Amino acid sequence: MSLEEQKQVPENWEPTILAFCCNWCTYAGADLAGLNRMKYPENVRILRVPCSSRVNPQFILRAFQKGVDGVLVAGCHPGDCHYVSGNYFTRRRFLLMQRFLEYNGIDPRRFQARWISGAEAGKFRDTMLQLCEEIKELGPNRKLREVK
Amino acid sequence: MRRIGVFVCHCGSNIAATVDVEKVVEAAKTFPGVVYAADNKYTCSEPGQEAIKKAIAEHNLNRVVICSCSPRMHEATFRKTIADAGLNPYLLEIANIREQVSWVHTDKEKATEKAIDLARIAAAKAAKDEELFTSTIPIEKRALVIGGGIAGMQAALDIADAGLQVTLVEKESSIGGKMVMLDKTFPTLDCSACISTPKMVTLSQHPNIELMTYSEVTHVGGYIGNFEVTIKQKAKFVNHDICTGCGLCETKCPAKVTSEFDQGLGKRPAIHKLFAQAVPNKPVIDKNSCLKLTTGKCGICSKICPVGCIDYEDKDKEVTKKFGAIVLATGYELIDWTKLYGEYGGGRYDNIITGLQFERMVNASGPTDGKIVRPSDGKTPKSVLFIKCVGSRDVNKGKSYCSRACCMYTAKHAHQVLEKIPGAKAYVSYMDVRTPGKGYDEFYMRTLEDGAVYVRGRISKIYPEGEKLISLGEDTLSNSNVTLETDLVVLETAMVPNPSAEKTAAMIGVGRDKDGWLQEAHPKLRPVETNTGGVFLAGTCQGPKDIPDTVAQASAAAAKVIGLLYKDELETNPMISKVDPQKCAGCGFCIEVCPYGAIELVDFPDRYQGKKIMRKVAQVNGGLCQGCGACTVSCKPGAIDLLGFTNLQILEEVDALCR
Repeated sequence: MSLEEQKQVPENWEPTILAFCCNWCTYAGADLAGLNRMKYPENVRILRVPCSSRVNPQFILRAFQKGVDGVLVAGCHPGDCHYVSGNYFTRRRFLLMQRFLEYNGIDPRRFQARWISGAEAGKFRDTMLQLCEEIKELGPNRKLREVK
Repeated sequence: MRRIGVFVCHCGSNIAATVDVEKVVEAAKTFPGVVYAADNKYTCSEPGQEAIKKAIAEHNLNRVVICSCSPRMHEATFRKTIADAGLNPYLLEIANIREQVSWVHTDKEKATEKAIDLARIAAAKAAKDEELFTSTIPIEKRALVIGGGIAGMQAALDIADAGLQVTLVEKESSIGGKMVMLDKTFPTLDCSACISTPKMVTLSQHPNIELMTYSEVTHVGGYIGNFEVTIKQKAKFVNHDICTGCGLCETKCPAKVTSEFDQGLGKRPAIHKLFAQAVPNKPVIDKNSCLKLTTGKCGICSKICPVGCIDYEDKDKEVTKKFGAIVLATGYELIDWTKLYGEYGGGRYDNIITGLQFERMVNASGPTDGKIVRPSDGKTPKSVLFIKCVGSRDVNKGKSYCSRACCMYTAKHAHQVLEKIPGAKAYVSYMDVRTPGKGYDEFYMRTLEDGAVYVRGRISKIYPEGEKLISLGEDTLSNSNVTLETDLVVLETAMVPNPSAEKTAAMIGVGRDKDGWLQEAHPKLRPVETNTGGVFLAGTCQGPKDIPDTVAQASAAAAKVIGLLYKDELETNPMISKVDPQKCAGCGFCIEVCPYGAIELVDFPDRYQGKKIMRKVAQVNGGLCQGCGACTVSCKPGAIDLLGFTNLQILEEVDALCR
């Protein structure tokens, strides 16, 4: 693939965004957004994990390798973790991981973390809207992607 | 061989209006491992569930994917459905195509595409589902209550009345706690001892309650249903089995020291009961002040004891017992104002006392037989100033929180001064008057009608002048400086956690908040539970509260204990962490990460270069692990995995998402 081709964004391209949501807060917030019939783009695919601290950096690397354009890790607000302290680990791991990805040429905006409680359906929708917009602007992720 | 069945729900038109269900079914048939796919109008309905069971039998399915509403809604329902059909209930995955697809999207084509993606992800995870089994752990049907104040007593009585065995551990020589020190209780003004001592007696005679006074918990091991607790029984030097509690020894003991129970206002002998109505009503010898035990010379009590129950050779004893549940009722202390408030003399002026000292003084069985006097000269004060929020709501010197009970007991104190001393003046310096509670504001109003003078503002300095104490402050309502000349000043000091709670909480693994109060599992919905299973909170150990709230919380904690101990066995969550000992390097990183203390290092027999060796590996305690998975990320060799959400499963999900 030439450099020119790399920069070209295919027509009708839509980003694929992966969201790891903790079962107790953000996943519940996403459900509540549904219950309230809030609308957000279809690009987001949610994976349910018990706690945001379950998200291994390996999963994030794999997602980028497999061609995901953006990854979100979302959990309970700091101090509100269902498992006492899980999201504090997430917070530290997230900061390290974001810097690592940046070092590898991945725009840090492609990997974000949010604290969204089970009551914050509006925040969930807004996050999805913002994330999709930012990643659309960045274009397809071609770094780290496996050579096919 | 995986044989996956996919069931797509229309949910009436909830899903079908936005998602082309037939298309999802057709797509599902092409997923790897899927041998059967079908749709249903309402999958959760009786016929819908029957259809799943029938398909499992007909097509010999061994994994099930249901595309429907949120798993938070019907995961339990469908687990039961497939269990009825003979499958392990954990061989189920749910794709959330209602809350996270049809309800949030409008473009039918894109929504259908997303629904297919979610179904594929679920099928990929289901393919790696393994059978999981809940295990059961037996429950020791005995509860431990730590702390014998009103909270601990109420909890113990409620649990015992339900027919369960209770051990109550109290560090003092009598139960009763702070409540028995009080004179009268607001807002009804009934005598505190009159309502608490009958409870103490009932408790000591209850066939289901084992009372361990003068004892402390020194070690807690185990987990919910199976705690192993070591209790140290401090040496009493009095054989309580034969002591009749006649009290002769107390009258003859020559060593007199300051009484802790009377808050330093009176004296007590070295051999003493905590107070007259102590339960058990038998004395102990304080080894730090007893002449025989400190100098070896005396022994009067032993000589005059009519039954010969004095034993100077008595030693501390330790016993280990098993408990199914623990109630923490460690209570509060008052903040040490002398170190914080130099402007109030820092403890140099005798006539500045605390609210609890006032309670002892006004108590008929207290050191002054119920008379309000100035500690300096024993004269009756003609004017008393009460200062509220000493240490409470004071970020600079004390604590940021409100101690909740002080507004009411200050009103009671002012009322008692006006009632007991004819012609006396009672002033109250306050920031706000907070009286939420049944009959509380009425009581405050009554005190105002009695003639108590409330001055809104803080006192900035107190100094003695002649026999009087001069208090300088501000009246913020009239915006003027005030100078109050009174005979006695009472500081209504903040409640702080009992210092012994820190050690006890650390032993059990219960968290503490920024001020040291024990942390409840949820401030609103789980106010008496802690994050450690089987450990509950009662009373002021969780935060400042008055007696009615304390009793209510104690009964709530008791209800939780009864609910737990009435089961014979406890079913454990099978979706917990599991260590592969062959891969584990024994580094112990997971131990530090685990918020529940569920992981420990154990010996593991292995072979190294043909020789048998023992090495340390991590092991997860299924009774403690809650299945968060934080440890899995910390494991460098990848030896620890979370069942139900394994690394492999999540990677498969990621792969399936990207195709």
